[in-house]
Amino acid sequence: MRPADQVIERHEAPASVTRGPRSVTRTHPLVWLPAMVVAMAMLIPAVYLVIAASELPLERILEIVTDLETLRLTGRTLGLAASVTGASVLLGVPIAWLTVRTDLPGRRFFAIATALPLVIPTYVGAFALVAALAPGGLVESWLGWRPPSPYGFGGAFVALTLFTFPYVLITVQAALRGLDPSLEEASRSLGRGPFVTFLRVTLPQLRPSAAAGGLLVTLYVLSDFGAVSILRYSTFTRTLYLQYRTAFDRAPAALLGLLLVTLTIIFVVAEARVAKDRGQQFGRRGPTRSAPQVALKRWRIPAVVLCSSVVLIGLVIPVTVITYWLVRGLASGETANLAFGPAGRSLLVAALGAVAAVAAAAPVAIWSSRSRSRFARLAERASFTGYALPGIVVALALVFVGIRVAPGLYQTLAMLVFAYVVLFLPQAVGAIRSSLLQVEGNVEAAARTLGSPRLTVLRRVTLPLARRGAWAGGALVFLTVLKELPATLLLAPTGYDTLAVRVWSATAEAFYTRASVPAMWLIVLGSIPLAVAMIRERGERL
Amino acid sequence: MKIRRTRSRVLAAFAVLALVVAACGGNGDDPEPAAEPDDTAEEPVDDEPVDDPVDDDADAADDVSDVTLTVYSGRNEELVGDILNAFTDATGIGIEVRYGDTAELAATILEEGDASPADVYFGQDAGALGALEAAGRFVTLPDDVLDLVDDRFHAPSGAWTGITGRARVIAYNTDMLDAGDLPDSVFDLTDPEWQGRIGWAPENGSFQAFVTAMRVEFGDDTAREWLEGIIANDPVVFPNNTTTVEGVSRGEVEVGLVNHYYLARFTAEDPDFPVENHFLPGDIGGLVNVAGVGVLSTSEHQEAAIELVRYLLSVDVQEFFGQRTDALEFPLRDGVDSPELPTLESLGAPDVDLSQLEDLQGTLQLLQEVGAFQ
Repeated sequence: MRPADQVIERHEAPASVTRGPRSVTRTHPLVWLPAMVVAMAMLIPAVYLVIAASELPLERILEIVTDLETLRLTGRTLGLAASVTGASVLLGVPIAWLTVRTDLPGRRFFAIATALPLVIPTYVGAFALVAALAPGGLVESWLGWRPPSPYGFGGAFVALTLFTFPYVLITVQAALRGLDPSLEEASRSLGRGPFVTFLRVTLPQLRPSAAAGGLLVTLYVLSDFGAVSILRYSTFTRTLYLQYRTAFDRAPAALLGLLLVTLTIIFVVAEARVAKDRGQQFGRRGPTRSAPQVALKRWRIPAVVLCSSVVLIGLVIPVTVITYWLVRGLASGETANLAFGPAGRSLLVAALGAVAAVAAAAPVAIWSSRSRSRFARLAERASFTGYALPGIVVALALVFVGIRVAPGLYQTLAMLVFAYVVLFLPQAVGAIRSSLLQVEGNVEAAARTLGSPRLTVLRRVTLPLARRGAWAGGALVFLTVLKELPATLLLAPTGYDTLAVRVWSATAEAFYTRASVPAMWLIVLGSIPLAVAMIRERGERL
Repeated sequence: MKIRRTRSRVLAAFAVLALVVAACGGNGDDPEPAAEPDDTAEEPVDDEPVDDPVDDDADAADDVSDVTLTVYSGRNEELVGDILNAFTDATGIGIEVRYGDTAELAATILEEGDASPADVYFGQDAGALGALEAAGRFVTLPDDVLDLVDDRFHAPSGAWTGITGRARVIAYNTDMLDAGDLPDSVFDLTDPEWQGRIGWAPENGSFQAFVTAMRVEFGDDTAREWLEGIIANDPVVFPNNTTTVEGVSRGEVEVGLVNHYYLARFTAEDPDFPVENHFLPGDIGGLVNVAGVGVLSTSEHQEAAIELVRYLLSVDVQEFFGQRTDALEFPLRDGVDSPELPTLESLGAPDVDLSQLEDLQGTLQLLQEVGAFQ
């Protein structure tokens, strides 16, 4: 806003947001109490891992931890996670800007289509890439040209980047939509061009959201099994799965899981560094108004090429392969089930998961973005433990705990939705938090000064500010739940099959025709939240 | 003042923690109190003699139709869904099936402990069945059930029985090779002439069972030598049997070490699929593994569960397994042969005791040591 205001606010900041636990007293118990409860629940998998790993004798623990193979795997995993995250940010931030702020031709189409690779389960996407790109695959047999091999680091890198960069894209899009354009306008009016303005003014303001999205990517890569196993790149999680699947000995696997939790903590702390600037936000949200559209002019073509190639590899190739399966199968007399049942069930659990995750995330996000309390920070970080762990670890932990603690809820929808919250909470926390961090806590302070009770401030100021992030976070969780497999298999009510279950069950046994319809459904359902975000955006512009 | 406030916050935090622990993991968004008394109404039948669960047939027979069995099936719904549904039609016993990965469902049963809702476990690998047997999770099946199949295909203890068999084969690309080009033993594949032409799936349970069998038969050194010999030939690593067969069909590799029955899937969808199975009579590489079932010792419906096992071994169902085009497996019931497959006798499968294939940790370690997973 006006520079004068900013100077005053910065000056006042230390007084209003004092370091240390004292500021906790400013947070309403209705925020920190639920946040605490949520954080504790999120630690269930970690506690289980400690219990399971403690079955190992100490020397075996040391042996595994100091094993050269373990170190090598850690290195490989970190290398992959770092490159995928870097590439996702490089891809996600520009595309987010192009699809929100510019006159990119087909802007609305690209806003949805570039995010859609997210709904393609990595085990399907990677599989489709192999079917298309492997030696002797569809591309070679149709075009007579052998593309570069999809196997190894390169393939895993490309596949994971394409299927996870939408985490950055969606988070940054939400941030861009909530950004007050006045700073950019000031920059433009002072004679800076649109690109310099983007680099020097817009970009720094996107740092928290890009970091939040990047963290989601990093941790997703840590936990992914499908892509790395199909594309043959050994990571920590692949080895962990091998332990579970082969040896029926949970203790060594649990130890590997704990190492993964340790890595997660390192990343979460690192992200906090990158996204810092907490007391020093740039803009404040004024009355809602849209930012002016940037004219791309001669950059239109390169921009369209960039977005199109992402859509081509991340969406068109998998969809083509899926369609090919369907057509080939139908031609040889297979019948395709329309899978309305699984589609309905997927829709239900994804919606429940998204709502529950947003509800659980809101207190954690509000607390951690508005308080300097150490507990607030811990609560936020605790929420990440389930996310970076491979789904099977979290699922088995909840099997172990759930059946003992809440046998009445075991293998019910309630337990399944709870599992989704444990698995995907950070997606919602990150999105809500970055939307809150776009606005200074002083807004609430001002409301307090004007005599509003804390609860009223929460209801009338903080929650509305969190809304945009809540939509984005809910969308992310929705998309991720759609394709979730391990927890759904073990914790859903018996016989409750979703689209992801259908796709898995069919591809695992090479019934590709039967996999194709549910896989198509995933893409259709996945576009729902993206379209909703678009409509909301348009509504706000009017 | 400040300090006291801080402390009260800390105390409050611990109070919350205690609350959560007391509420036993209830989450923030779920208003339902998660805590429930831990004593389930019916105790598991630990104290019943597990070796003879069919002592009073008559009592159980009349209320069997009210029973609903919970089956944890590592066998795919596409493969066994129809058969399990038909069981309900035939007997009136309801069935609820949880489908999943064979190993993950076995791990789930181990985690669930005595409260496991599962009555029957249906896995597609003797190793997983053996792991549950070793953990004491199965009852001993009655002799009249065990006698239906050859001794090689059920646990000597009677804890589980095989339902269908799957043979390890060499799948080969028919555009690139003739049947005559193929060796009669997997040991010959270490010859340098196979450099770059082999596909395998070391992560796959059936493959690991085969390596375990090789260790049991010939010792760890021979198994290691063989693995190293194959690795020296730069095999292409696939995540599972299906993708291996796909790789063979694309000509990415010329031969693949897989189970025999994946091929039928592909030929059902694509009649021109350029792959054939090469069986390995008498060779360790032609090991016949089983998909089998066990009845959980914690089940409250063991009568009905054993009824299901009997049904799966009935002549009709066994013939069905041996005939279906998309999942052609060896019927294990004595006297039932598949018209489409060589007989088990003609395969002269190596006489390996499947229940000895339990040292999977040892196999996993060996595979890791030789670097099979790269």
